[in-house]
Amino acid sequence: MLSSLAGVLFDGFAYGMLLFLLSVGLSVTLGMMNFVNLAHCSFAMVGGYATVSLMGKLGWPFLATLPMAFLAAGLVSILLERTLYRKLYRATDLDQCLLTIGIVFISIAAYAWFYTTEQQSIQVPEYLQGSVQAMGMTFAAYRIFLIMTGLVVLGLLVFLVERTRFGAQVRAAVDNQRMARGLGIDVDRAFMFTFALGGGLAGLGGALSIQMVGLDPTFALSYLVYVLIVVAVGGLGSIGGSFAAASVLGISDMAGKYYFPWLGAFLIYLVMVALLMWRPAGLFGKR
Amino acid sequence: MRWHPLEIVFWLCTLLPFVVTPNYLSLASQIAITALFALSLDLILGYAGIVSLGHAAFFGVGAYTAGLLAKHYWSEPLTGLVLAALAAGLVGYATSHIIVRFRHLALIMLTMGFGLLLHEAANSASGLTGGADGLQGFKVPAVLGFRFDMFGRAAYAYSLLILFACFLVARRIVNSPFGLALRGIRENALRMPAIGAPSRAHLRKAYTIAAVMAGIAGAVLTHTTSTVSLETLSFGRSADVLVILILGGAGRLYGGIIGAIIYMVARDQFSGLNPQYWYFWIGLLLVTVVMFLPNGILGGFARFFPRKT
Repeated sequence: MLSSLAGVLFDGFAYGMLLFLLSVGLSVTLGMMNFVNLAHCSFAMVGGYATVSLMGKLGWPFLATLPMAFLAAGLVSILLERTLYRKLYRATDLDQCLLTIGIVFISIAAYAWFYTTEQQSIQVPEYLQGSVQAMGMTFAAYRIFLIMTGLVVLGLLVFLVERTRFGAQVRAAVDNQRMARGLGIDVDRAFMFTFALGGGLAGLGGALSIQMVGLDPTFALSYLVYVLIVVAVGGLGSIGGSFAAASVLGISDMAGKYYFPWLGAFLIYLVMVALLMWRPAGLFGKR
Repeated sequence: MRWHPLEIVFWLCTLLPFVVTPNYLSLASQIAITALFALSLDLILGYAGIVSLGHAAFFGVGAYTAGLLAKHYWSEPLTGLVLAALAAGLVGYATSHIIVRFRHLALIMLTMGFGLLLHEAANSASGLTGGADGLQGFKVPAVLGFRFDMFGRAAYAYSLLILFACFLVARRIVNSPFGLALRGIRENALRMPAIGAPSRAHLRKAYTIAAVMAGIAGAVLTHTTSTVSLETLSFGRSADVLVILILGGAGRLYGGIIGAIIYMVARDQFSGLNPQYWYFWIGLLLVTVVMFLPNGILGGFARFFPRKT
């Protein structure tokens, strides 16, 4: 019982790190521009399929494809931000929702066309396949890798946001966009880079999720719910909030699947609805 | 509010499928049901400004209520319709108290959350609902003395009649002072109480009415097809009806109906297409509508034919 509990905690935390990578970008961009971007998981899919292509067709090593997944998703985000999103910053929630759902549908169909609807699989290198024995328990190497990646990204992001000039601009824009503009901060530029960074991180998350949860064209829709839960519960524009919410969600989802399999996803949705009713701005949200 | 001649022509045209395309009557009744569902969403989204990504919850509650009644108790459809409307209305009224407190992302998430919760609940309670297999093994023989047959004449007449009745109610609501107040709340929810329209109470009423109509639509689907599938509660159905309404034009009574006709006919024509690719065109359509036709097809028409005042 106790060792299974530790196993669930470990697996859930690894899963939570994946959710963190997928959702942190959305949380920050939502906080900055109030733009409801439901297509965030489509960016993750861009990264995931970039890794599949690079490994399968060109034979790149797994670790080398990860930065490319980040770059590909980031570039696609910049492109979409410049051409479509930019025009709708002042539009209603509904218009933003519809535009981005449209992009989700298009991306699902496009990837189904080029890659078929089958689950993609990749061959991760040997040192990530096995497992590590410690304290009488078995830890899957890939999940350790996931947790480490998540923590490194968290550290880098916190450093970027708390310690750099760019981070100060982003924080100012999240807190009060009009005031930030008044002080001469180029909010649009800061937003573009944040958006690209968020999209890129989602792409990295997408690439890492192939081995853990699989990748098929419906990824953009099926993980959207989880990402939105993380954002809504963690609070807009909060990196620490996203991290906490993603960890809690990952662990409770794993625990639910392990201890109450008959409940299905019911538990997760119930927790989300209850949390939202209690704190509509999220656990760590400011607004 | 007087009837515009075009409106009368439109409703006369809805009788055409009986004589012109008798082979497509079951599609026509599907369209009527979808149009009713879109009309119910229009009341809260188009007029009251509540963005809902979980409207299928009420459609499903109505469908399952009607199905369970027909399976375990009696198969008379009209009382089933009333009870389904009542059940959906109750669920709508209960959730409306929560819904009206929230706006923006939290609102979208909550409506979606309730929809997903009901979907999961129906999936888990497979003893009652049949789970993923759906509810089967019942038959609604006739309505008002007309037998449901394989040609779908009675089915279409029934769906059309219910659609028209609900449309009359919606038309009356929209043109009443209450409807005007709803539009005011949509534009500015804080200012309306100052001129004597209690925002939250009005929104609760509108939400409940919309839930009742969606429940009726679900019940009609159950009666005409004699099955209830889990799909009636799915997120996909909520998203589809949103697309339909936006395509036709939200905030216009005929928006949902026009959207339903175009969407369902197109889907029927392209049914040979893999559903994956069907969604590509829907996505492209959505992006185009949002970028270039912000008020849907009817809004686009209205721009070319400005109303004389």
